[in-house]
Amino acid sequence: MDIKSALFYVFSAVLLFAAFRVITARNPVHAALYLVLAFFQASGVWMLLKAEFLSITLVLVYVGAVMVLFLFVVMMLDINLDTIRQGFWKNFPLAATLGAVVALELAAVLLGGFRVSEPPVAAQAVGAVAAQVSNTKDLGIALYTQYLYPVEIAAVILLVAIVAAIALTLRQRKDSKFQDPSQQVRVKARDRVEIVKMDPVRSAPAPVAAEEKQA
Amino acid sequence: MSVTLGHYLTLGAVLFALSVTGIFLNRKNLIVLLMAIELMLLAVNMNFVAFSHYLGDIQGQVFVFFILTVAAAESAIGLAILVLLFRNRSSINVDELNTLKG
Repeated sequence: MDIKSALFYVFSAVLLFAAFRVITARNPVHAALYLVLAFFQASGVWMLLKAEFLSITLVLVYVGAVMVLFLFVVMMLDINLDTIRQGFWKNFPLAATLGAVVALELAAVLLGGFRVSEPPVAAQAVGAVAAQVSNTKDLGIALYTQYLYPVEIAAVILLVAIVAAIALTLRQRKDSKFQDPSQQVRVKARDRVEIVKMDPVRSAPAPVAAEEKQA
Repeated sequence: MSVTLGHYLTLGAVLFALSVTGIFLNRKNLIVLLMAIELMLLAVNMNFVAFSHYLGDIQGQVFVFFILTVAAAESAIGLAILVLLFRNRSSINVDELNTLKG
């Protein structure tokens, strides 16, 4: 067994263990941390598959952004651990049955459709291509030429996600003071300053002092 | 015995089955449900990357890129809804999600 196979088995074993702990962990913070571990292992498996860019992206985007978001949300909420575990063991038989059914179905597809022992025919060809141009450059060329419109649509989806997330969670305090810009723009000068003409209530002092100065 | 395509597909299949089990196990806990969905997408991505490598086609990895984008958007909105649910009901029970409408 060469080093690559050994690495694959180590990464897979830790990945499956971490995934199992994600779905069975009692504390959601532990589940989130195990999910981080699972993403790291998956990144290692993808590195074995010569998908360097996606492997690093998985760590940066998922571990760096999405999982930190998860952790913040989990820590922000004051969750009662006992209530969220209600029905865990009641659901267990159904869940185990369905999981086994899905596993068996996928195994049937795999055993029927793919020869597991069959050596990868195209793998050598991939290696030859990969030697010429790096995976990142290859992916970049495909993304920014053939898949330019999908990239832009993905950007729009991210923008919609930002707007939706902020709009859903934005909460205005009742006692906060804020300005209304449209009212500020529409204001006229006469709304601000009013000149009131009124009669003098006492007579002006006689201009004696001014005349004396001139003299 | 060197690692073949079947090994990677089996890994993806087991991961997918585990996350299906997780979705049915944690019916009360919206956070772990979202995490199980992330695991599911990871299993699908694993298949895409494995096929992309063994068939010598970069397009599988392009698809994984878009799945990552959509998954990030999905988890952001899902967590926003989770915060909204907790603010209104002080619990993250999935059965109470229908009280958010209107």
